[in-house]
Amino acid sequence: MNLLQDNFPTFLQGFGYTLLSSVIALVGSMILGTGFAIMQIVPQKWARKIGNVYVQVFRNIPLLIITFFFFLVVSKYIKMSGFTSGTVALMLYTSAFIAETVRAGILSVDSGQMEGARANGLSFAQAMQHIVLPQAFRISLPSLGNQFINLVKNSSILAFVGGLDLMYQGNMVAANTFDTFSTYIIVAIFYLVITLPLSYYMQHLERKLKHAA
Amino acid sequence: MSMIEFKNVEKYYGDFHALKHVNLKIDEGETVVLIGPSGSGKSTLIRTINGLEEIQEGQLLVNGFDLHDPKTDMNRMRKNVGMVFQHFNLYDNKTTLENVMLAPRLVLKRDEAENKKIAMELLEKVGLADKAANMPSELSGGQKQRAAIARSLAMRPKALLFDEPTSALDPEMVGDVLDVMRDIAKDSSMTMLVVTHEMSFAKAVADRVIFMADGEVLEDSTTREFFEKPKEVRAQKFLSQVEHH
Ligand SMILES: Nc1ncnc2c1ncn2[C@@H]1O[C@H](COP(=O)(O)OP(=O)(O)O)[C@@H](O)[C@H]1O
Ligand SMILES: [Mg+2]
Repeated sequence: MNLLQDNFPTFLQGFGYTLLSSVIALVGSMILGTGFAIMQIVPQKWARKIGNVYVQVFRNIPLLIITFFFFLVVSKYIKMSGFTSGTVALMLYTSAFIAETVRAGILSVDSGQMEGARANGLSFAQAMQHIVLPQAFRISLPSLGNQFINLVKNSSILAFVGGLDLMYQGNMVAANTFDTFSTYIIVAIFYLVITLPLSYYMQHLERKLKHAA
Repeated sequence: MSMIEFKNVEKYYGDFHALKHVNLKIDEGETVVLIGPSGSGKSTLIRTINGLEEIQEGQLLVNGFDLHDPKTDMNRMRKNVGMVFQHFNLYDNKTTLENVMLAPRLVLKRDEAENKKIAMELLEKVGLADKAANMPSELSGGQKQRAAIARSLAMRPKALLFDEPTSALDPEMVGDVLDVMRDIAKDSSMTMLVVTHEMSFAKAVADRVIFMADGEVLEDSTTREFFEKPKEVRAQKFLSQVEHH
């Protein structure tokens, strides 16, 4: 427990960066993922193609490689820190999975919902926003919850590019104290502080929305 | 003035010729019933009128909009053309009241207080004022269909399309829905096109009857003419089948 006390500011900083990276990547990947999900179901062939290529590319490359690509290649042209490289990579990687989840959700909403809305005068975008997507998200909720939790855990790739996150700080503490076992137990507990409430919150949301419908 | 006009319209699903050389004119304020055997293209025809299905050839004019012209703004056209579906297509994520209020709010930018007032009046009219706060899943089929009609009316359309509005309902629910439709037909400025197998409704309400088979309009007569002596053999056969049902 001395280990925790002595290095508390370090762990806390790591925790803060992990949380920050996760929140940014989560919001960003939801927006991007939803956008690419919609692109894949519009009538325009070229849009569907772009959406599909995007998803296939980012879903099928290891996250670590995407991270290195931003950290080593892209950063030559656009200045970015390890934290930024890792967070952007995490966002793009996760958005591909979210796009697939949301797309499946949209397709499982009865097509009569879109038709009813269009016939009622709503534009495609309005129908998506107010009618189809809310139902698609509700259907996708369990799967989205999994993506979010994976995202938090995957944020540990920041450690590979000096991203100052929990994993990175844990590595530092372990190297300095030689107490690898206790250090990583503490790191694991900090991850749980994020993922467990998130997990419970998603379950709560699922139950709540089930009753609403 | 004609509200809906088909001129030599052809519609294909891939290779399948679904509407064959359709010529048709429906005037403002008219109530027209469209009948025909299953698979004859009634849904296809009615769905082309608000652009849910595209046509491949010919001209289709709806309230002055040329639907075959790619430059036509479908969203604007649809403001004036409502549709009621066989399976209701109510918004499953919205209450009955919200179903009625959503499009006027988003599309017409109707003032919120007025929107609510109009919506409640319409729900009153279709007998659903007490279901305003319920979700569609809590309504019976007949109630859903009446809510869907109220939703269409809230846009104050010039024309209303009905695609077998009572076919998915239990028999005891049909009467209430037809009563509401009869009421709408009384409004002399409303143009109505109704696909239905309810012949008593057609006799009582329609100005004209159109009979389709195999993607073609075979007969277009006044209601009296049609029911007294249909010209087409296939229409005669169809009538005798549905009437002895
Ligand atoms: N989306 C579609 N794709 C291919 N064929 C279709 C489609 N919709 C309808 N059809 C075909 O077009 C014909 C007319 O269908 P429809 O308009 O639904 O007839 P009705 O409403 O009179 O029963 C049928 O043979 C049907 O199988
Ligand atoms: Mg049909």
